[in-house]
Amino acid sequence: MSVLVQAVDSTAGNTGVGEAIVFWVLGPVALAAAVGMIFARNAVHSALFLVMTMLSLAVFYLMQQAPFLGFVQIIVYTGAVMMLFLFVLMLVGRDSSDSVVEVLRGQRAAGALLGLAFALLLVAGVGRTVFDVPSTGLGVRASGGNLPGIGRLIFTDYLLPFELTSALLITAALGAMVLAYAQRKPKAKRGQRATVIARLRGDRISPLPGPGVYATANSVAVPALLPDGSVAPESLSEIIEGHEVDETPRPPSDAHSLSGGRTELGPPGEPAGSAVDTASRRSRPISAAEEER
Amino acid sequence: MSPTNYLLLSGLLFTVGAVGVLVRRNAIVVFMCIELMLNAVNLSLVTFARINGQLDGQVMAFFVMVVAAAEVVVGLAIIMSIFRTRRSSSVDDANLLKY
Repeated sequence: MSVLVQAVDSTAGNTGVGEAIVFWVLGPVALAAAVGMIFARNAVHSALFLVMTMLSLAVFYLMQQAPFLGFVQIIVYTGAVMMLFLFVLMLVGRDSSDSVVEVLRGQRAAGALLGLAFALLLVAGVGRTVFDVPSTGLGVRASGGNLPGIGRLIFTDYLLPFELTSALLITAALGAMVLAYAQRKPKAKRGQRATVIARLRGDRISPLPGPGVYATANSVAVPALLPDGSVAPESLSEIIEGHEVDETPRPPSDAHSLSGGRTELGPPGEPAGSAVDTASRRSRPISAAEEER
Repeated sequence: MSPTNYLLLSGLLFTVGAVGVLVRRNAIVVFMCIELMLNAVNLSLVTFARINGQLDGQVMAFFVMVVAAAEVVVGLAIIMSIFRTRRSSSVDDANLLKY
């Protein structure tokens, strides 16, 4: 950046060769990105094209002896504003692509024609009036004095607009909070008595058994086992897809270890004595319910 | 090259933004086009500040940036609340202010 500023400082008013090169490289990039922003069907692509244009404009500010504005452009626009745009795009969702239907007939063609005419008018007007205006350049106010100069102006001549700006920012923040706040409709809350009645009238009083975590494997997708070694169907979650989990290899059980003898665990339906021990120890509520029955 | 080229580029960018506002139907993209127009005006303000040798143009561009930031915040909140009620972000669907 400092190289850019030094290159600009050598030619205070008129542009040098380096600046011309940068302009003719980045100017078409900025214009092409702006056109691409219009023609991109996906709104996220539009936002990224606009980021490209804004970054090019930031480089232009840096070259035009406005380093403060250049960095504010990068930080505020591409850093904050465009990220806000992308956040809202993500919130609004995937239907943010345009509809192809033209509500007003011929509106797009008319808009393009008007734009062309407007561009011709602007270019012709600007070209005829200010084409050979001698530019004085900012001189010493550009290098090293840019930020103090802007600060002096803001706090002397533009003090009232600056204070109004603070009021505007506070109002905007409050307005955004009010507008974006989504008040959820309060659900009809069920009282304690109604909950108990609903549970007693329902087909199941006890809570559903938990998944078989640590019963046979370290996964919530593994069902709990009933005392007879069969799978408890209520313990399978509807959300998680149940699947077979490879058990970690264990050392062969001997009489002195407390491994529970999982190698003797038979297929479901086949009662195995040690499996009953394991299941009843690990899933206490189920076994208690079984015993009560 | 004279600094007038920046003014021409700024005019072209402004035109592109205006055409985008006229042509696009998505409210968020329309908003981006407004941002592009504000940026184009900022470029011309900075260029005028350089041509005239006064820093006032840069101060004005700074104020434009501040106002644009506030406008984006409020505008996007409005777009979100419209989307919440109408489930659409197209400017054609938002023909009523309520319901």
